[in-house]
Amino acid sequence: MSLQIIVLAKQVPDTRNVGGNAINKDGTVNRSVLPVIFNPEDLNALELAFSLKEQYSGSVITLLTMGPPRAAEIIREGLFRGIDMGYLLTDRVFAGSDTLATSYILYMAIKKIGVFDIIISGRQAIDGDTAQVGPQVAEKLKIPQITYVEKIQSIKNSKIVAERRLERGVEIVECELPILVTVNASASECRPRNARLVQKYKHAKTLFEKKIGSEIYTDLYNIRPYLNLVEWNATDIKADNKQCGFSGSPTKVKKIENVVFKVKDSRRFNSSDSQIEEFILELIKNHAIV
Amino acid sequence: MANFFLDNASLKYHLRHNLMKRIVELKERSFIDKNRFDYAPVDFEDAMDSYEMVMEIVGDIMANVVATNAADVDRLGSRVDNGRVQYASGTSRNLQIVTKAGLMGLSMPRRFGGLNFPMVTFIMASDMAARADAGFCNLWALQDCIITLYEFGNEQQHNQFIPRVCCGETLSMDLTEPDAGSDLQAVMLKAVYDEKENCWRLNGVKRFITNGDADIHLVLARSEKDTKDGRGLSMFIYDKRDGGVDVRRVEDKMGIKGSPTCELIYNNAKAQLCGERKYGLIKYVMSLMNGARLGIMAQATGISEAAYREAVIYAKERKQFGKTIIEFPAVYEMIANIKAKLDASRSILYETARFVDMYKILEEIAKERMLNDTEKLELKKYKKLADAFTPLGKAMNTEYANQNTYDCIQIHGGSGFMRDYVCERLYRDARITNIYEGTTQLQIVAAIRHVLTNTYLNAVKEYQEIPLISKLDNFGQKLLRLVEIYKQLVEKVASTRNTEYIDFQSRRLVECAWYIVSGYLLLIDANKNFNEFGCSAVVYINYGESEVKKIQNLIDTFNIENLKFYKFNCDN
Repeated sequence: MSLQIIVLAKQVPDTRNVGGNAINKDGTVNRSVLPVIFNPEDLNALELAFSLKEQYSGSVITLLTMGPPRAAEIIREGLFRGIDMGYLLTDRVFAGSDTLATSYILYMAIKKIGVFDIIISGRQAIDGDTAQVGPQVAEKLKIPQITYVEKIQSIKNSKIVAERRLERGVEIVECELPILVTVNASASECRPRNARLVQKYKHAKTLFEKKIGSEIYTDLYNIRPYLNLVEWNATDIKADNKQCGFSGSPTKVKKIENVVFKVKDSRRFNSSDSQIEEFILELIKNHAIV
Repeated sequence: MANFFLDNASLKYHLRHNLMKRIVELKERSFIDKNRFDYAPVDFEDAMDSYEMVMEIVGDIMANVVATNAADVDRLGSRVDNGRVQYASGTSRNLQIVTKAGLMGLSMPRRFGGLNFPMVTFIMASDMAARADAGFCNLWALQDCIITLYEFGNEQQHNQFIPRVCCGETLSMDLTEPDAGSDLQAVMLKAVYDEKENCWRLNGVKRFITNGDADIHLVLARSEKDTKDGRGLSMFIYDKRDGGVDVRRVEDKMGIKGSPTCELIYNNAKAQLCGERKYGLIKYVMSLMNGARLGIMAQATGISEAAYREAVIYAKERKQFGKTIIEFPAVYEMIANIKAKLDASRSILYETARFVDMYKILEEIAKERMLNDTEKLELKKYKKLADAFTPLGKAMNTEYANQNTYDCIQIHGGSGFMRDYVCERLYRDARITNIYEGTTQLQIVAAIRHVLTNTYLNAVKEYQEIPLISKLDNFGQKLLRLVEIYKQLVEKVASTRNTEYIDFQSRRLVECAWYIVSGYLLLIDANKNFNEFGCSAVVYINYGESEVKKIQNLIDTFNIENLKFYKFNCDN
């Protein structure tokens, strides 16, 4: 059995290295000043796809990413590690998309791709931490979803058995294909870039990049067609412009607040049962724990 | 994310040496592979760019996987279970990741699944591997054995073994025996031709075999009945898939615990002859050892790098008497010396690797077509230089790794003696480097020939022709004076024609050669990139000068008659 796998990945600002001017006045992230990286949990998703491909020979991994032209880097990174192909969804009308608009655009692109058995994405992106895009795509495609996946135990007879990592343990679930899964950071780490693939794909570029780049290796793009990265715009995926970008995004950021917990007062308890009981009752009463 | 390639500007500097243009052109045979392999470079810049990108992968894996596993691997070591080696879990993981990254078979031709990368890049990967975990560096660097199989094995053997190595199978070279260490002529492992099965059979014991449970072994064995010396030895390939070799024990060692050192029992093990009979030691093992020595030079350099980094981190953090200790002259001088010896090690390492690349690639080309006159001259020149620089650099870099890790602990004070800090592992790991693949004492034996026949002096002449920037003039002058002292010392010792006395002083003469050769190399580095190497050049040349003058004092005032006081007298 071979699988058609689609991986959803996002280029995100490296929020672990945030400078002073990282947030715009309107509360959105100032992407231009932050270095960008492959969203960490999307790398876990990618590894899950690779391990499926190793188990089910003949499987094909297609990577889908939406973003500005420089997000082509995500496709290259995927190629360096072993995906078969990738599409960059890029268009001015996509700018400012919230999770609703993003999932719509991804949904339209997946419809254009057509066949798939499993869609894998990271649980959430580190720039928004919403964990909504994966589930919304599944809803739009009207397929089941398994979130917080750490491991896929098996895929047999069109059924998948997966382990979900939850707060208090592991849940094992079974479901019909096709399906969408979102993957936790606790899943296997992504394999490194591969030395042969890096050399094979390092010149891979989108049309946009070829226009602005140097013209040294232009003839290569005819000889090695796989070096031409595919971009899709709104028209290519037949998207309704109104449902994309700002106009398709009901989310408006009102205010960003930096919440820091501070010690107000401190009290001492001894370790007797009555003292502990008294303390717990007080916490329940204060709604500190429920 | 940490990256041992990107955080170390000196690596990119050495990768970008002028001679690389020639090396790459030869290695890529004018880029003929570009039409056959989708990952082959199309021109020089493309190749260099690929090297950098692949070194970046190595730097990533070494920093984020191998280095983080190193402490556990050091504590767990490897064990033997039912005749087979069980690696520490971290070691298995390291091997798995390196294989998935497609790094195995780095230097092999593409038709076998290799990357066709030059020796310089392979050595650079070893340099980074050793910085992460010197024990793992051995498992990585042993893939170098495949070069010997490629050089001397036949087409069938190439097809059988090289693709497997490129897919991640490991190698070992089985040379040492209980009674044959430095003296490999005494090897006894018996090879007998089995007429019925049309193959060779090996019987006997090998000892101290690094990664002795590898998938593919190169074995030195006695194929010629009734012989006792090196001319009775041949080289064999043993394939673990055939069975017949068991691991009797894994040594409990002081350091490099991630690299299992095995005692092997050969019980009628099936083997293939590699190359011609009787050339085992005199030709093939010499080639194998030269490669391995270069590998150990890299290992020592990587350990020095780690020691330098650990020393700096600690000295900048630790406060005593109201100051960080790095502000005290006693400490900053130690750190400056570590850095200078590290940079000197790295300079001679890559200089040697380039020489090896040049002659090995030309030798390979000579099998495909006639070399032209320029190429013939190049081959001769670089083979001789590689021959001279390998023992010199092996002795120097491994002694420096020991000194640097020793000083690194000293900077840590009492804390450095505790297992909480990395430096104690580095110290233990460094200790083997000047012993295995030929002790320093044996490197001196190989290097003294080149002292007496002026190979180093001739090499230095080329370095002297490079015009220096004005702020380095003084140091160029200093080195010129050291060269004069060196010439006098060599003349003085050699003119005695007393073999024992020459042997007695040879270590000192070889040391003078290394201060001069690596002093010049660092001077040239500083000349090209003063910001990166200026301090080290100054510190190192000062240091070298004081060492050469100590040696000068001893040799100048030494009375040969006094040699007797040094000799151990059994009657005493």
